[in-house]
Amino acid sequence: MAFTSHDIEQIAARIPDGAKIALPPDYSGCAMAVIRALIRRGAKNLHIVGVPSVGLQGDMLIGAGCVATLETAAVTMGELGIAPRFINAAKQGSIKLLDGTCPAIHAGLQAAEKGIPYMPLRGLLGSDLLEHREDWKRGENPFGEDDPLVLIPAIKPDVALFHVAKADRKGNAWIGVRRELMLMAHAAKQTFITAEEIVDEDLLADEIVAAGTIPGLYVTAVAEAKQGAWPVGLGGRYAPDAAHIAHYYEQARSDDGFQRYLADHVHAPKAAE
Amino acid sequence: MTDCKPEELLIASIADMLTGLRHVAVGNSSPIPGAAALLTRARSKGELRVSLLGSRKHTAFTDGGKELFDCAAEGRIDAFFLGGGQIDGEANINLVGIGDYPQTKVRFPGSFGSAYLYFLIPRVILFREEHTDRVLVPKVDFISAPGTSPANVYRPGGPHALVTGRCIFDFDKAAKRFTLRSVHPGHTVQEIRENTGFDFDEPAKVPETPTPDAGTLALIRGRIGEEIAETYPAFAARVFAAA
Repeated sequence: MAFTSHDIEQIAARIPDGAKIALPPDYSGCAMAVIRALIRRGAKNLHIVGVPSVGLQGDMLIGAGCVATLETAAVTMGELGIAPRFINAAKQGSIKLLDGTCPAIHAGLQAAEKGIPYMPLRGLLGSDLLEHREDWKRGENPFGEDDPLVLIPAIKPDVALFHVAKADRKGNAWIGVRRELMLMAHAAKQTFITAEEIVDEDLLADEIVAAGTIPGLYVTAVAEAKQGAWPVGLGGRYAPDAAHIAHYYEQARSDDGFQRYLADHVHAPKAAE
Repeated sequence: MTDCKPEELLIASIADMLTGLRHVAVGNSSPIPGAAALLTRARSKGELRVSLLGSRKHTAFTDGGKELFDCAAEGRIDAFFLGGGQIDGEANINLVGIGDYPQTKVRFPGSFGSAYLYFLIPRVILFREEHTDRVLVPKVDFISAPGTSPANVYRPGGPHALVTGRCIFDFDKAAKRFTLRSVHPGHTVQEIRENTGFDFDEPAKVPETPTPDAGTLALIRGRIGEEIAETYPAFAARVFAAA
């Protein structure tokens, strides 16, 4: 069927240069195989939206020159420390930074899923984030008195991209409790998913499974990708490949090292995919 | 108590600040606060809920990334932890960078949920192991989240204490100043003055931070070490492997 006839290179080809692309953090479900395919195809000028932060995906795309704008609450490599290619790009000023805060990104996506122009948000007043975000506005609670709020415009990504444990042939994708993936799919114009396995059963048939499932209604295409989140982990399936991520972290600290990493693990073998 | 590691002292000290609470959440990159929350939970006989971001086993959340923030806004989280690449004497925190934004000469990971949670969670404990005048500065270069707010800003939450590798400070919101609460064993007030970039108050006699008793240490090295290892394996291996 059309939904599941894709491979990862075809998904990467359907994510256009300049797309605003929503990506989850490393502990959620990362479609790393497609990230590598995007780098292989030389994607350009992407606008990453971290939901609400990004890790390895963001660092690799930034390092490979695929990113023009980074909108996120943080870039983090977990226990290893700060993402090296992101740090380099921030210091060089080579990408546009839209520093945000986690609930503002969720609120922007929630506005998009509701089809409304903005969401009001608590906090933020007095933060320099607000000073630098020309797209955020100060507002007032119309139901209160002297109660200032911040208004966050809807974030409508062109693409949501993530990895799940299981999808079916109708494009239904099981996410369990990783509901930020549901929010991303609701808000985005197109949603591309990779799955550890594509099953013949209907994931909406059993109510218990359906409760943790994104309906195919929101899904543009699914590709099967075994170990598709590698080297980050997939909750309930496999842990992060800590040794490989540490290797990445060491390599990515220099320009040459990062290029070697790309040559060894992204460009050279199709083996990983 | 001579064989208590610095991390164990910090875990026990933070855990004592959480006694009697109902729900404590712990954010990213926070192994010591995470272990502290799990320690308080272990001693609370099931009264305390802990939601550890990044954990599958130790979390009460089922509604995705936004739930922590919605939960905080409804007053359902009593305590949380924030750090900072820089923290100043008015408890402003900087998780963005040093120098002129956006092209900062030093870049930190980013603000995470700080610009929101600092306003909404009643007991925010600032935690930063490194206690130097590089971190504890007179004024932060970038305010990710302000320590205090004008009266008309909705703000049930804010800073409760600042815990470092050398000492614990309390924060006085009205005075917008830190007061030294206790100094960790092996450290001195003079050394803390020399390594703190902002001015702070101190009592006539500054107590020493109490070290954990044998039962607490055993609990930390046993059950808590195992529980925190799920989310922070490198930390657990480093601190508890040889314990």
